Amino acid sequence: MTDSREGRARAEISFSVNGEPKTVHVYPMERLLDVLRQQLQLSGTKEGCGEGECGSCAVLMDGILVNSCLVPVLQAAGSSVITIEGLSAGETLHVLQEAFLECGGAQCGICTPGMILAAVHLLNGTPEPTTQEIREGLSGNLCRCTGYSQIIDAVAEAARRGTTA
Amino acid sequence: MQIQGVEMNSNRIVGKSVPRKEGRHKVTGRSKYVDDMVLPDMLFGATVRSQIPRGRIRKITFNPGIAWDEFVIVSAKDIPGKNCIALIGDDQPCLANEFVNHPEEPILLLAHPDCHVLPKAVEAVSIEYEPLPAIFTIEQSERRSEVVWGEDNIFKTYLIEKGDLDGVWEKADHIVEGEYTTGAQEQLYIENNGMIAAFDAAEGITVWGSLQCPYYVHKALMTLCDLSAEKVRVVQMETGGAFGGKEEYPSMIAAHAALLAIKSGKPVKIIYDRMEDMAATTKRHPSRARHRTAVSKDGKILGGEIDFTIDGGAYLTLSPVVLSRGAIHAGGPYYWPSVRIHAKAVATNAPPHGAFRGFGAPQSLFAMERHMDRIARAVGLSPVEIRRRNFLQPGQTTTTEQVVREPIDLGKLLDRALEVSDYHAKKQRFANESRLGATKKGMGIAAFLHGAGFTGSGERNLGSVVGVEGCADGSVRVLVSSTEFGQGTKTVLSQIAAEALALPYENVSMAQPDTSEVPNSGPTVASRTVMVVGKLVQSAALGIRQTLISSKLLGEIYSADEFRAACQDYVAGRGEFQCWSRYETPSDIFWDDQKYRGEAYAAFAWAVYIAEVTVDLTTYSVSVDDFVALQEVGKVLHPLLARGQIIGGIAQAIGFSLYEKVVWQNGRMQNSQMTNYIMPTSSDLPPIRVLFEELGNVYGAYGAKGIGELPMDGPAPAIVNAVEDALNVPFDSIPLLPEDIMDGLDKDGLAATGQDRGVCSRGVVR
Repeated sequence: MTDSREGRARAEISFSVNGEPKTVHVYPMERLLDVLRQQLQLSGTKEGCGEGECGSCAVLMDGILVNSCLVPVLQAAGSSVITIEGLSAGETLHVLQEAFLECGGAQCGICTPGMILAAVHLLNGTPEPTTQEIREGLSGNLCRCTGYSQIIDAVAEAARRGTTA
Repeated sequence: MQIQGVEMNSNRIVGKSVPRKEGRHKVTGRSKYVDDMVLPDMLFGATVRSQIPRGRIRKITFNPGIAWDEFVIVSAKDIPGKNCIALIGDDQPCLANEFVNHPEEPILLLAHPDCHVLPKAVEAVSIEYEPLPAIFTIEQSERRSEVVWGEDNIFKTYLIEKGDLDGVWEKADHIVEGEYTTGAQEQLYIENNGMIAAFDAAEGITVWGSLQCPYYVHKALMTLCDLSAEKVRVVQMETGGAFGGKEEYPSMIAAHAALLAIKSGKPVKIIYDRMEDMAATTKRHPSRARHRTAVSKDGKILGGEIDFTIDGGAYLTLSPVVLSRGAIHAGGPYYWPSVRIHAKAVATNAPPHGAFRGFGAPQSLFAMERHMDRIARAVGLSPVEIRRRNFLQPGQTTTTEQVVREPIDLGKLLDRALEVSDYHAKKQRFANESRLGATKKGMGIAAFLHGAGFTGSGERNLGSVVGVEGCADGSVRVLVSSTEFGQGTKTVLSQIAAEALALPYENVSMAQPDTSEVPNSGPTVASRTVMVVGKLVQSAALGIRQTLISSKLLGEIYSADEFRAACQDYVAGRGEFQCWSRYETPSDIFWDDQKYRGEAYAAFAWAVYIAEVTVDLTTYSVSVDDFVALQEVGKVLHPLLARGQIIGGIAQAIGFSLYEKVVWQNGRMQNSQMTNYIMPTSSDLPPIRVLFEELGNVYGAYGAKGIGELPMDGPAPAIVNAVEDALNVPFDSIPLLPEDIMDGLDKDGLAATGQDRGVCSRGVVR
């Protein structure tokens, strides 16, 4: 980890998180991941590798899937960010969350938030994906527990039910 | 409390894929992992590590440019108790004092309120060493030109002997030899290791962390801090994958956080980043196995000698136990009239290798199953036929002379796997198609077994205890130190308790593994949780039921509401309502620790896996196109979780076979990043077809056996056997990377005759 704050002043940055406007006072090069987890207490976004390989920290930024460990928070200014906390409405789960539960798509759960957001992104662009499209669509998100099969089942099941992301 | 088993007349919960207990929290991001926990006034800790493999520490300098007075600094001198991570032996220091024995060995600890300043501070500590010669391979360790551990570099040896081996060589029609090696493998749980510790003079030390075995950490902290059992509290947070990688190393991180917390008087959080986690913590033991097998002309194994050696790294840690499991599994699921297995764990100057799913068995079974294909070629039989002729049958004995009591029919398992995979037709077709063209296809088989629970006297020595509590609100809570880290511990143990009590699954909850609240139900390892701990949960739950019935609060047949009311009455009238169950060795289990003979495991799971591969002759890459995994694991208590365990294990084993190479230089991992240590992605894996046979097993809870490690054992040999089938060139080392295939093809040429190196056939003795 490099010191992203050295010799810099904090800046005020505003963006929307899960539909709510947020203003944070941050060092501009701080990672979006840290701002979400530490300042906004949204700890559902996870860090796995810190170098954009594993996808555990994936969030949606203006509808695009990004690894929040590689996004300086400055870049998020004015954007609309969706994290795992923004998918469910109270106790009502998103169709993908339901499908992950039913199909065994979550084991240890650490990759699950990023994986579900990657799946939301996939289904937004490709509502009826083939198995191959699901495999490719999720290939930026690593899971060490499941061998992916039950994640793929979950995404296919959610697609069958139809999503509203 | 000893309660006679009650025959339940329905299986309404066990055998059903009920919702994962903590599933909603996991899919909504609400689960709390250690890095999600924040304590007021908390400091962040970091570790200064050895930069050299072996040497004497001469001088430590804190370079200028850092506000050192803001830091809490801990060295070996600050350790209140014994400077070791207590496990099997006490040889591994918590912080190196005078000598370092591997790269990345912890030397100093730093803590600061701002985590961002730590990396620079760690870099600003200069350590001057007097380097000592170091060793990095099994062969260097065996030569003993440098003795780096004990008197001879040997952590442990075992000798398993059965029958008259010396007499078989004369009778053999073929003597088949082979040498097989496997590399280190990183567990690569997606959640890095982490711990938080807090200290209070009156309460003692408390740690919260990502871990598998709360009582391992408990024991280590008692020794290190010189505290009594009640002054040490260990709490498991939600754990983001473990695979053995969080069996023993968390004790080290807990120890470090505890020392910083004691010295600073503040809570301290240590979270490793990926690079530190990969470079400094344990990996699967590299191994070398040598087989020399006497075989009759009709393909029957007459006897054999197996040398199995593992590289344990710089300290003892768990190597003796890994070696034990590897040695016991070295003969595979075959009948050996005579055998001699020499097993040895040796020291090198790499960071200690440790627990990883399969625990020695994937290494020794890779050798056995590759060797079976070599024997088949030498004898002139097919891989199918050589296995069929040597499979263990009920009534026969294993290499440790354990009688196979289960009615297992491995031939039948093999037949079914062949049929499902369409083995024969495909093999024929590939042989015809593959002669020309840029790709070649092949089929490979592995047959194997995996013992569930601790080896030999292990379970007796553990003496695990489980509690079930009837709560004031009438619900039921299971008290175990067994941890959930993806496998489904909470779910399946709840199912078992619910089943035993004839209650809805929702009425059972699991206590958080916290040593101040739960008894020591043993470590969550060795495929023991469902079979061994589950059985104890069943028994303790029946104790709750029986108590309510015998105290006349409940009839023999009851509704969930009646149970709830009875439980509430009991607690209101008599206070705390807990029943306990302690492991007792079945009377017919015999094990001789000296001779390494007897009932090695209470039960084995059995399996036949078949891999179909394509080798691209342009890129030399191997892809697994289809994978059939058929296993007998007793009663499957939760089909969805069981299937998830099998597929996940196979994925990890495909990585072990084809992708995951730890690149070493002077004992240090050079590719300690996810960008250059490659694990399979969703695009890399085939459809994996999982099939279960259910023989039933009288021993485990509702007939269940262990399942978690089994799928790690078979894929590597099945895949490498398939590569040999495709190319007609043998490969005996994993990981098998494209460059290895290129080298192998260069050496043997594509038109290899199939004559194996290392095979000496005596021809038929007339």
